[in-house]
Amino acid sequence: MLRIENLCTYFHAKGQTIKAVDGVSLEVSRGEILGLVGESGCGKSTLSRTVMQLIPPTSGKIFLEDRDLSGLTPKEVRDERLNFQMVFQDPYASLNPRMTVFSTLAEALKRRHPNFAGDELSIKVGELMEKVGLAPRFMKKYPHEFSGGQRQRIAIARALAPEPKLIIADEPVSALDVSIQSQILNLLTNLVKDLNLTMIFISHDLSVVHYIADKIAVMQRGKIVEKGTADEVMEQAQHDYTKTLLSAIPHVTR
Amino acid sequence: MLQVEDLKTYFHTRDGIVRAVDGVSFSLEKGQTIGIVGESGSGKSVTCYSLLGLIPMPPGKIEGGTAKLDGLDLLQASEKELRKVRGKRISMIFQDPMTSLNPYLRISTQLIEPLLIHEGLDKKAAMARAIESLEEVGIPDASLRIRSYPHEFSGGMRQRVMIAMALITKPEILIADEPTTALDVTVQKEVLDLIKDRQRTLGTAVIFITHDLAVVSNVCDHVHVMYAGKVVESAPTNRLFTHAEHPYTKALQRSIPALQKKGEPLYTIEGLPPDLTKPVAGCSFADRCDFAEASCRETAPVLKEAAAGHETACLRRQSGEIDLNS
Repeated sequence: MLRIENLCTYFHAKGQTIKAVDGVSLEVSRGEILGLVGESGCGKSTLSRTVMQLIPPTSGKIFLEDRDLSGLTPKEVRDERLNFQMVFQDPYASLNPRMTVFSTLAEALKRRHPNFAGDELSIKVGELMEKVGLAPRFMKKYPHEFSGGQRQRIAIARALAPEPKLIIADEPVSALDVSIQSQILNLLTNLVKDLNLTMIFISHDLSVVHYIADKIAVMQRGKIVEKGTADEVMEQAQHDYTKTLLSAIPHVTR
Repeated sequence: MLQVEDLKTYFHTRDGIVRAVDGVSFSLEKGQTIGIVGESGSGKSVTCYSLLGLIPMPPGKIEGGTAKLDGLDLLQASEKELRKVRGKRISMIFQDPMTSLNPYLRISTQLIEPLLIHEGLDKKAAMARAIESLEEVGIPDASLRIRSYPHEFSGGMRQRVMIAMALITKPEILIADEPTTALDVTVQKEVLDLIKDRQRTLGTAVIFITHDLAVVSNVCDHVHVMYAGKVVESAPTNRLFTHAEHPYTKALQRSIPALQKKGEPLYTIEGLPPDLTKPVAGCSFADRCDFAEASCRETAPVLKEAAAGHETACLRRQSGEIDLNS
């Protein structure tokens, strides 16, 4: 379970303080997907980077399975990082083009199990690929030989390799075509269920978030302005900003 | 006004001939809005770039077809003739306004350029028109902001500048290539409303290229659905969403998360689009189609009318063997 308490991340620039994350409190249980919604610049990426310990928080606490992450030393952060992984928007940019699928995934697997080698390693890589719907016979290929959707599957496999407890997916389907989007959304829902993961799904697309998330948090100017179950937020939005977002979604009109 | 017939644009690459656009026909009337919908690589952008002579040749080559703009065949026109069309009679806006505006030049310089070239205005008159056009797209303090550089605007404001620039010569046709894909939802709505509003005022016809079916349903009169370089279905917008007559269109609509029940797995189209370097004998969607039969892989389908103004390229629908809307 992930618990965030009164988290603040400020940046100082030109004598000004930018409150990118300003007093955020959230809770996500195991096996649950939290949808984090907001427009560019609302602080959702800074929030996820702070949770990932990539940016130190200004104040506040982050607990993953009751362990306080905000007070760790850099060495401890490195060890703990196995437990939280990220999937990014652009699978073209987030995979190393010079590494085969095998070496990308083997490297990630060895973070948790440094002893894996030889046949055992190949078998584990193959299992991982099957888990995300890729045929293991493609393990010697490079990222450019795959389509966008397949590349996103590789990125997801890499995130799963160290057996994390928390996955933050930052706009994981925004760059994909509609027909591929639905494949990846199905994959993510099944993985969360099967592996009992905790997931934060960041997106600006409320209709996608409504479909995939159990709970939704709406973020505006560094603050969570509304949170609730997915159906509550979509059907009985309370905050004006949520209503604005909802009314802006282009609906298929018949 | 614009009549495109059997347009074929191929790319000759080391891996073979990519049939990016393979026999596309459509027409556009004055003031009409048509949508060209398809996934990445379906040929929707290449279709429109071909009309304006924007395909890099080589590797690209227009292999056949005509595109008549009031009698002038754009595909045969000389570069000199095309220059009179581009930015004057047909304008274009792109997905990413940051890469299509010149970061080194003030907005003013970029806005008045088409007026100096196409309308022969002097600088002072052009400047006045440019400020007016910025006001028309809703940029506050236009006379001051016109001195700014592109990076001083937000994404949505930059797209407004692009729209102002594209419409400043009052073109007959505006081609909008994914104009809102890079924008936030609230900004997307503003930009779509703006395009519709300007279109109504100026009577411009619009070709909307997008992969977003919801956007199409809101702005277009008529939609062409492209798959693997061909138009597979063409219908008035409301018909397309109530009575799709091609399995691909139907499948696309079924995979939109907003139209699915929560908790149920999303409908997915299995597999990948075909490799365009390999000629397909029959229907290019057959391998991913729930309705395909052996005959679908043998005969190449052509668009045929299924209802008034509604064409489909599905052989089994044409023969009446399947009904997609029962």
